[in-house]
Amino acid sequence: AAGEKKPGEKAPREKKRGKKKTGEKKPAEQKPSQRAVGEKKKKIKKHHASRNPVLARGIGRYSRSAMYVRKALYKRKYTAPETKIEKKKKEKPRATIIKPVGGDKNGGSRVVKIRKMPRYYPTEDVPRKLLSHGKKPFSQHKRRLRASITPGTVLILLTGRHRGKRVVFLKQLGTGLLLVTGPLVINRVPLRRAHQKFVIATSTKVDISGVKIPKHLTDAYFKKKRLRKPKHQEGEIFDTEKEKYEITEQRKSDQKAVDSQILARIKKVPQLRGYLRSTFCLSNGVYPHKLVF
Amino acid sequence: VFKRFVEIGRVAFISFGPHAGKLVAIVDVIDQNRALVDGPCSGVRRQAMPFKCMQLTDFVLKFPHSARQKCVRLAWEKENINEKWAATRWAKKIEAREKKAKMTDFDRYKVMKAKKMVSRLASKKGKKPEKPEKSEKSEKPEKAQKSAKVQKAQKVQK
Repeated sequence: AAGEKKPGEKAPREKKRGKKKTGEKKPAEQKPSQRAVGEKKKKIKKHHASRNPVLARGIGRYSRSAMYVRKALYKRKYTAPETKIEKKKKEKPRATIIKPVGGDKNGGSRVVKIRKMPRYYPTEDVPRKLLSHGKKPFSQHKRRLRASITPGTVLILLTGRHRGKRVVFLKQLGTGLLLVTGPLVINRVPLRRAHQKFVIATSTKVDISGVKIPKHLTDAYFKKKRLRKPKHQEGEIFDTEKEKYEITEQRKSDQKAVDSQILARIKKVPQLRGYLRSTFCLSNGVYPHKLVF
Repeated sequence: VFKRFVEIGRVAFISFGPHAGKLVAIVDVIDQNRALVDGPCSGVRRQAMPFKCMQLTDFVLKFPHSARQKCVRLAWEKENINEKWAATRWAKKIEAREKKAKMTDFDRYKVMKAKKMVSRLASKKGKKPEKPEKSEKSEKPEKAQKSAKVQKAQKVQK
């Protein structure tokens, strides 16, 4: 009855649920109806009372399908606006590609599927693995650094050919290894990687605040290179692999660039240079668990 | 044979226990094993303490037995026990031991270098009366025991 009163109303009005008319409205006139619509937009929507009278608690008079009709849901189908993610999902990747084909009278090109059907189905299916969580590959592991190791700390290397040498810590690399330098002129330790676990951090620190370490010094830079192309000649395979390590010019220039900055700061601290030149050793009566580093 | 006795007013050094390293004055004797002890100027509340954890020092204060803390404090400050204690060799040895334990790796290196220098000077004393190394050494940050040693070496050289 309320809807019939105002034939001049706009279509969107139907979408709104039926409202209780609070007061009597005058017969249809443009102005009051427009004002009413405006009012309704500002007003909080009042929902219709339940169209399903209650017979007993939890039991309604009408079934689901009857309610569908009573609520006129056949008229009211809403969809949420398509989000960007859904739009992206809709965009299908290309299924086929056109490739050129050689030879005479061949038609010049073929339409080739990009993702082909499998050419083999195993007779026994591989059993489904149970879900596990938190098993990340090495590249995604969390890297930790001991609080005692900060840029500029003097470290004592414990393993490797430079064991016992005292060395300046520069930064931690992506894999968690520590980038370290002698500096070279002081103790013949070049820019090198060291493992955190095999290092003693002393409390002596060099102020490295302004030192700029080149960005290309990463793990890939320091990784050992192995030749991978034995050309099926059994006799000479071992020769082609790098026996002698040669210091490249880039390494020398990087070493110079970093060391020159650090040496200046080392010179400021008295006796530090001699300290870095010396090596660490234990002797009688010296117990590492009692030493303060 | 015995020079230091347990008596009222004897200042003792506590060697172990919760108050290890502090000085106290013996106020009264409770029984064969315990004494009433007070250390107003060293942060030890008046309490009973077994003799076993006390080591007697050379200092004796004058106050009557069971004197209250105020009296003990007055006597302590009058005698200036804290300063006298710090001047004894005993206290200095304790301090030196503590410093040595706190030495970092860098400090150990510096001490090693200083010791080497001293021994070199000492061996050279008869031959060359040069003294340029002395100035080098004095620039280095010196540990308490190290400075004593250096002064000794210089005395020997002269």
